[in-house]
Order: sequence, then C-alpha cells, then structure tokens
Amino acid sequence: MKRGLIIWVPLAVFVVFLGFVAWGLYAPADRNIQSALIGQNVPEFALQPSLPGQPGLSSASLRRGQPRVVNIFASWCIPCRAEAAQLEELARRGVPIDGVAVRDRPEDLQAFLATYGNPFQSIGADTDRRVQLALGSAGVPETFVIDGNGVIRHQHIGAIMPQDVPAIVTAWEAAR
Amino acid sequence: MRVLLAAIALVVAAPVFADSLMPAAPYANRQLPDPRQEAQAKALMETIRCLVCQGQAISDSDAEMAGDMRSLIRTRVQAGESPEQIRDWLVSRYGNWVTYNPPLGWDTFLLYAAPFLFILFGLFLARGRFKRRKA
Repeated sequence: MKRGLIIWVPLAVFVVFLGFVAWGLYAPADRNIQSALIGQNVPEFALQPSLPGQPGLSSASLRRGQPRVVNIFASWCIPCRAEAAQLEELARRGVPIDGVAVRDRPEDLQAFLATYGNPFQSIGADTDRRVQLALGSAGVPETFVIDGNGVIRHQHIGAIMPQDVPAIVTAWEAAR
Repeated sequence: MRVLLAAIALVVAAPVFADSLMPAAPYANRQLPDPRQEAQAKALMETIRCLVCQGQAISDSDAEMAGDMRSLIRTRVQAGESPEQIRDWLVSRYGNWVTYNPPLGWDTFLLYAAPFLFILFGLFLARGRFKRRKA
C-alpha cells in the first residue's frame, strides 16, 4: 500500500513544477525597475540650465526645506506628452516641479514646452544621462518626490495619468 | 493588389525609436585606448543587465540607455575605479536586478547552493543502489 502511493510522488512533483511554470508564463510580468534609493539622500549632482532664463537643477536646491517633485522627461519621449496635462494640474495645486531633461537639445525642448506647457520651476540638462542613472531611474518619464532634507520619498514610474495625481499629491504632502 | 500595397507599406514604414536626437555617448561604441582597461570594462559590461531591453547585457544592447551605461562604465574604469566599485554603484541604484553576477546573500543563497543541494540529493538516491549491489 505504501509503495503504491510512493510511485505517484514523482508525478505529483512534476505537476507542482508545471504549476510554477504556468504561473510564471501567465502572470502579468512587472517590468518596472524601482529605484533602490527610496528613503535615501539624493545623490550629489549639479546640472546646467537646459534653457536660458530658467535655472538649472542641483541636489543642493532639493535640500532647502520644501518638498519638491522632480520629473525626468524628454522632448523625444512620447508618453511625456501624455503626462504634461497632469504636471500642469500638480503645479496648479501648488506642487513645485523641477525637470531633468534627458538627452535633450535646447531647440527641441523649447518646442516641446511651447506645445505642451512648462510647469517646471527649473530644468537641468542631463545631456549624458548621468543624473538619471545616479537616481536609479530606468526610463522616461519618471517622477520622484523629494522631501525638504533631500531624501527621496516616492517614485512614480511611467507617465502620470489623471488617476495617479492624488497619490503624488499625497506623497508630496506626506514629505512635508 | 492588396498584397502589393501591404508590401509597399512595409517597405516604406520606418520604425519609431524611443531614442533622443543626440549623438551616442562618447564611449558607447568606442573602446578605451588602454587594452587592459577596455578588457576590464568589457568584462563588467557583459554582466550588467540592460534596463530597457531587459534580459540582454548592456554589451549586447543597441538601446541608447545601454550605450550611456557603457560610456559611464568605460569613463569610470578609465578614471581608475575598479569594476567591482562600479558594479556596487549600479546595484545601489537598481538593486541586484541590474547584475548578472549577484552577490551571495540570504536572498541569493539558494541560487548558489542549489547545485550542491542537487548533488547531495543525487548521492542520497544513488546510495541505495550501491547498497543493494553489495548485498
């Protein structure tokens, strides 16, 4: 009797294995790579202004006591166009937004801001993508909420859609 | 006719790249002048995962971001940083996800121990066979 049951064990193990494989194949994969810097200080950086007449962005300016939102974007990034209206909405609600323009030429950036609006208080030119990599950001657009001491509190990956606005406002208010 | 139109559409169609209009980073596709440093940088690049085309190493990827990461690695190697320092810098940003050579820790223990556990299990299975033959 005991032997009779034992011969089914390999099959049972195989079925469990198949279950794992099926789960791995059909579960929706999460391709987002979270920054490992959440809860830590913003790395040191100083970016030149992207445009004349608008200040650049440095880590020192993120440590002045006021929580801020840093938006990593680019004029060549299509989803960034989709989130422009939501950034305007955040700015309207009093959230200060700074921009990191990734690999952008001033003339392209100027045209982008003229078309989709300019909610940014400052825009730093991340020409060689060094600051994006230093922040642990894996693509454009991404948005970080940084508290007044320069500690990263929240990361939003991908375009900010209308339904994402409350979460970002909440994270910004919690960072005060 | 429809087939012809489809064929023409395929020929004319241009892929849309999610890339900027700027030229590639200085060391994205250029080797370091010092062959020893280039070999170090290349070995590291082969074990760093591309953040865009996940599943490829940055040494194999054509993504612009992978090029920027290659340039970053080469510049840092040239400045005298060790490959392990650069790997640690990347891991502190992106987690162990970014390296194909993750450090041994509690969360990766099974990954490293599994081959030995399987050998032990095999020996355990084989043990019975040897006994029976002796008897």
